[in-house]
Amino acid sequence: MMADKFVGTPKKATTHVNQNEDLIFEKSSAGKKAYRLAQLDVPAVDTASLLGNTMRTDGLGVMPELSEIEIIRHFTRLSTWNYAIDLGMYPLGSCTMKYNPRINEAVARIEGLAEAHPYQPESLSQGALGIMKLLSECLIEITGMDTITLQPAAGAQGEFTGILMVRAYHEAKGNARKKIIIPDSAHGTNPATAAMCGYEVANLKSNALGMVDLAELERMVDEDVAALMLTNPSTIGVFESDIHKIADILHAKGALLYMDGANMNALCGKTRPGDFGVDVMHLNLHKTFSTPHGGGGPGSGPVACKKILEPFLPTPVVKTNADGSLRLDYNRPQSVGRVRAWYGNFGMFIRALAYILANGPDGLRQTTEDAVLNANYLRARLDGTFDLPFKSPSLHEVVFSDRLQARNGVKTGDMGKRLIDYGFHAYTVSFPMVVHGAMMIEPTESESREELDLLVDALKQIAREAEENPEVVQTAPHTTRIQRLDETTAARKPVLRWKAPA
Amino acid sequence: MSYPENYRYAKSHEWLLLDGDTATVGITDYAQESLGDIVFVELPKVGQEIEAGATFGSVESVKAVSDLYSPVSGTVTAINEALNGAPETINTAANETWIIKLAVKNAPADGLLSAAEYEKFVAEETGH
Repeated sequence: MMADKFVGTPKKATTHVNQNEDLIFEKSSAGKKAYRLAQLDVPAVDTASLLGNTMRTDGLGVMPELSEIEIIRHFTRLSTWNYAIDLGMYPLGSCTMKYNPRINEAVARIEGLAEAHPYQPESLSQGALGIMKLLSECLIEITGMDTITLQPAAGAQGEFTGILMVRAYHEAKGNARKKIIIPDSAHGTNPATAAMCGYEVANLKSNALGMVDLAELERMVDEDVAALMLTNPSTIGVFESDIHKIADILHAKGALLYMDGANMNALCGKTRPGDFGVDVMHLNLHKTFSTPHGGGGPGSGPVACKKILEPFLPTPVVKTNADGSLRLDYNRPQSVGRVRAWYGNFGMFIRALAYILANGPDGLRQTTEDAVLNANYLRARLDGTFDLPFKSPSLHEVVFSDRLQARNGVKTGDMGKRLIDYGFHAYTVSFPMVVHGAMMIEPTESESREELDLLVDALKQIAREAEENPEVVQTAPHTTRIQRLDETTAARKPVLRWKAPA
Repeated sequence: MSYPENYRYAKSHEWLLLDGDTATVGITDYAQESLGDIVFVELPKVGQEIEAGATFGSVESVKAVSDLYSPVSGTVTAINEALNGAPETINTAANETWIIKLAVKNAPADGLLSAAEYEKFVAEETGH
């Protein structure tokens, strides 16, 4: 194996160890370790006799044994293969990959917060509870809702929590109802949520503008419908201007309006879901409120709701005592219960609050305006180069299609991969599914005009390549360590676990 | 792409072959082409009752997961278990690869298309 690692004398040693990193298990040699313990100064205990039949020695697999610098190099090398918002633009539509301000990190590392334990007494947790209370108040103000839980771990769990609350609300009225209506442009997590909560999914077709078809909605809503799950602005980046009427149609039949807040970055500081008829919604702190996203973020998906749903919020909630101090209230008989260990991803609460306070109301309004301006700048510069399936005004993201390039056999996925060669992360490929060959671009407010121009130049160049040399796009990326993966075999015959060679 | 004349087609891209009270259901060539490489087929259980228009399973490709809708009401009498090990046969032979067989409860609802009508429908849907 070693003999094959360097072949010939190439100018660029493409077989450099950096480019051929083994799995950490393959680097292991028995007995090597990254620590040295002091002499045992208490009596040794026989673990086998102490644990009895709970002792496990089989099926543990092989644990890698390496020195400290080998571990450091391994993970540092892997990290150089990543793409990150700190390296360049990340125009992944619907994901709001905005900059994670360093002030957030500085605040989250303050010792009293970073070292706090979730089970320390309430008297010693007043600061942490205060952060949860202030963040809750800010998010309630931003959304125009009445109350909130910060507990859900991310957006999809927020949806799950919200729909559990919808179910509890209808059950309390004596009938859980049967269906949730979901538009065909929705995120895939919406129907998954409805199914997980025991509801049937009724699919609502978009009209020619990519919006909710009011007549069709009116026809579908009856006493069996528990709620409509709606993303506003929709996944094609268009504001549902009839949102009031949508809410009225639902409310007339006792159904509720759930808003997927994934695209809140287009509304923050400009308009409030609570004011346009939404009953319950989730936010993604890792999208709109600048906390880290992906790669273990972790996420955070608070759920805000109207007063009618308040009794069903997950337990516990932060309450104020008579003396002004804060406590966690567990006495909530109608609650849907706990959805997450402890109180949610607390580290994200600190970062989101730091972002909200650093921006202030005017700053948040401006981030929204800039996000919308950036998306429209890209739309104006790329319209014509790429097909624009929906002409409705764009908010924070724009959806093109590969229709013009597909004539030469170049698909959205090919161009996304080619974009990697130009130093960008790919845009969102093939979503939303209402657009055939979708190319969904969300620049966020973080990008300067200079960076947007770089992206435009790269995409125009790729469109030219699709005309003149389609093969270079169809076989992209060319500059990455690994080119195209065999996704089909990976899915049909997945290898989920490394096994030591026999 | 080919659409056999003796099949009937749903707008949700399933084909239906009726032989007396027995219905055989698969997905169309257009459906497999749009989905791309199919990696998993979720099948119902034999004996399950299915209403026309209701989902009876799903097909998962490297691109997407799509629900399967029954073009007809009935009871599942057989499922194509070979698909568990070889889902790719749908890609290679969509028209010949059945997914479920049903004992038909009542005649299929209106709205099913002939081969020519389905071909026209697909052309309109894709704009090609």
